Amino acid sequence: MSVRTLPLVFINLGGEMLYILDQRLQAQNTSEDNSEKGVWSENDRRRVMNDIVGTMFNKAFMDELLKPQQLYSHRTLKTVLTRIAHASIMRLNPASMDRLYELMVMAFKYQVFLCPRPKDLLLISYNHIDTIREFVKDTPVVVNQVDETHRKIIEVYSSLSEGEFQLLRQTLLIFFQDMHVRVSLFLKIQVQNPNGRFALSTSGPVPHGTEVPGLIRTFDSKGREVRRSEFPTGGSYSSPIREGCFELHGDRIIRLGLNMYTVNHPEETHTSKAPSVKTDDTPNLLAKEELNLLARLMGSMKAENKPKAETGFRINLFTTDEEEEEAGASCGAEESLFGVINIQAMQDEQAATELARIAGQFAEQQEQPENPSGNKGDDLLAMMDDL
Amino acid sequence: MYHKEKSIQIKNSASALYNNLGVLRIAPRRLTYFTVVHANVVNMVSASWDGLNYSHRQLQSKEPNVATSTSLIMQAAFCALPSRDLLVVTSQKGIQIYESDGSIMVYWHALDTPETPTAQAVFARGISAVRENYICVGISSGAILVFDVPSKGSNITLSEVLEEHKESITDMAAECSGSQECIADLVSADDGGNLCVWKSGEEFQLLNNIPGFDMSCSSVKLWKGTVVAGYGTGQIRLYEAVTGILHAEVKAHARWIYSLDIAPFSGLLLSAAEDSLVRVWHLSMTPETNSVEVAHLHNECVTDTQICGAKFCDGDGYAFAVTGYDLSEIIRYTQT
Repeated sequence: MSVRTLPLVFINLGGEMLYILDQRLQAQNTSEDNSEKGVWSENDRRRVMNDIVGTMFNKAFMDELLKPQQLYSHRTLKTVLTRIAHASIMRLNPASMDRLYELMVMAFKYQVFLCPRPKDLLLISYNHIDTIREFVKDTPVVVNQVDETHRKIIEVYSSLSEGEFQLLRQTLLIFFQDMHVRVSLFLKIQVQNPNGRFALSTSGPVPHGTEVPGLIRTFDSKGREVRRSEFPTGGSYSSPIREGCFELHGDRIIRLGLNMYTVNHPEETHTSKAPSVKTDDTPNLLAKEELNLLARLMGSMKAENKPKAETGFRINLFTTDEEEEEAGASCGAEESLFGVINIQAMQDEQAATELARIAGQFAEQQEQPENPSGNKGDDLLAMMDDL
Repeated sequence: MYHKEKSIQIKNSASALYNNLGVLRIAPRRLTYFTVVHANVVNMVSASWDGLNYSHRQLQSKEPNVATSTSLIMQAAFCALPSRDLLVVTSQKGIQIYESDGSIMVYWHALDTPETPTAQAVFARGISAVRENYICVGISSGAILVFDVPSKGSNITLSEVLEEHKESITDMAAECSGSQECIADLVSADDGGNLCVWKSGEEFQLLNNIPGFDMSCSSVKLWKGTVVAGYGTGQIRLYEAVTGILHAEVKAHARWIYSLDIAPFSGLLLSAAEDSLVRVWHLSMTPETNSVEVAHLHNECVTDTQICGAKFCDGDGYAFAVTGYDLSEIIRYTQT
């Protein structure tokens, strides 16, 4: 369907990922249990943010995304987002990444579902970009990257019609179809029901460009209005609020896409599966086109920041290391991921190695996890209080 | 006016696509067929009128001779011609025509897809049977393919390509009143809200071009020479097809309209939108004054659901069915 989804997908999913990581990086400082394990200093947090944002908004990477192409599978996206996260000194194991991915996707699904007009997808994206800019505001180099990407997005998407935006939105909705993971924050603020579906209100302001329903006007052959009658709408709608700003800076007006997570509510990243959820864990090999995309995207990213033993930090998304290991093991059983991948065309050998190594990571479920009381590099910080 | 009946469960949920519900009533066998699109699959249900028997079938959008390639389906619709009923499925790759029960594919037309994707997406969308022997299908470029369909067999041929629209076709509809007096046979709508009115024949003739207002027209119907069009702004507009005169404008919905349907014998109109509401209206024509009246009759709210398909199940509008994004059921309503 739409060939313009990837840039918006990465900006919004990546944005949600940064919101969650930012909340976790700050939350752990307030947790008394972990005070012995070491803290993430302000500098560490900033460094993680800069590294991830710098990788995500890397020019070559964004240029690849901006090429017209189909939206690929959850698996491909998850692989690339993992790679982006690992551009920092942070490490997430596959089970944590799976949970993180679920959170990110459900947040974006919520935003796309409730988006007032299809064109407002851009405002949602710009809300993410604005907040990302704030995260890295002390590092001009990275801010520049963000600005450059933002300008390119404005350039590419300004000319799309409403119909084309709706096609883009429909493509995203198909991508999110049947995902009903319950997120505790969404349940708490009642944007999501206990069955995992989002709440759709029949009241409130209508989108910009729409008129409040309830009126039938009849005209004669000369175009003069001859009759007007009202009908009950079954809802209580009001006039639209003013339109958000589509420029580099400005008030976006709509709230979708802003950071929903705060430091004070660490339980907000708790997820649970709705009763009958379909999970994308079919053990198929990636289609050839997807592998080519993956190869191109990896090749265009900066070299991964390989952590030395002393400085590497691992992030747990579970309360204890034991749970982390259990989850890792059980996920390994379900997800029989890539056996052999045939890499088609690669731009450079290092990227090829990186790709193979990442693919290999998913097959490493069987390996014994590190001894938590081992060397300094294994000073593990339980990041998520519970997930 | 209407009450909810027992829903029909389908194998997967409906995708968020315009006009995502096909209905074919087969009176001699006391059956109704329903089709609902889910990504690259068409879910077909055959429901007996006594409510006791349901049989399911799934069609995948797969070109013949290509083992693994699948593509997203944009629309599936029944085409009821005097001589035969067919099921047309349009996707990113092309157009497939099946026998109405989905058992055999009788025709396949591939779209020209460039090697490397261009900025514009390529797909087929907008399906209508016209008069005795035509099936018309819209393309993302704005072109309309006219297929000539024999009364039986698979010798379907591409008769003509109509190039009038500049934007992607969203929906098409043929005159459904059954009246032979109507001059206009077909109306086509596009992403810019432009409407083209056609007379069918060996060469289709453009009768009128009603300009849009830069807002996508997602669903369109043609009844007794009147075009009924639903827009992304939630508006419904009624035009006289041949002259383009605006008869009526309804501020009908708070969100994008996804589906319109007309029950030709009674003049009932059904509209459904992303705002979770389905509305029933009544259209009445006064030929003397050349006017059309629109009266609102009924609302149904499908809680928390963005509706993507709504159709009457019979020509009088006695019953209608509804599909919604992420819902794995066809919801039905019957007059009390």
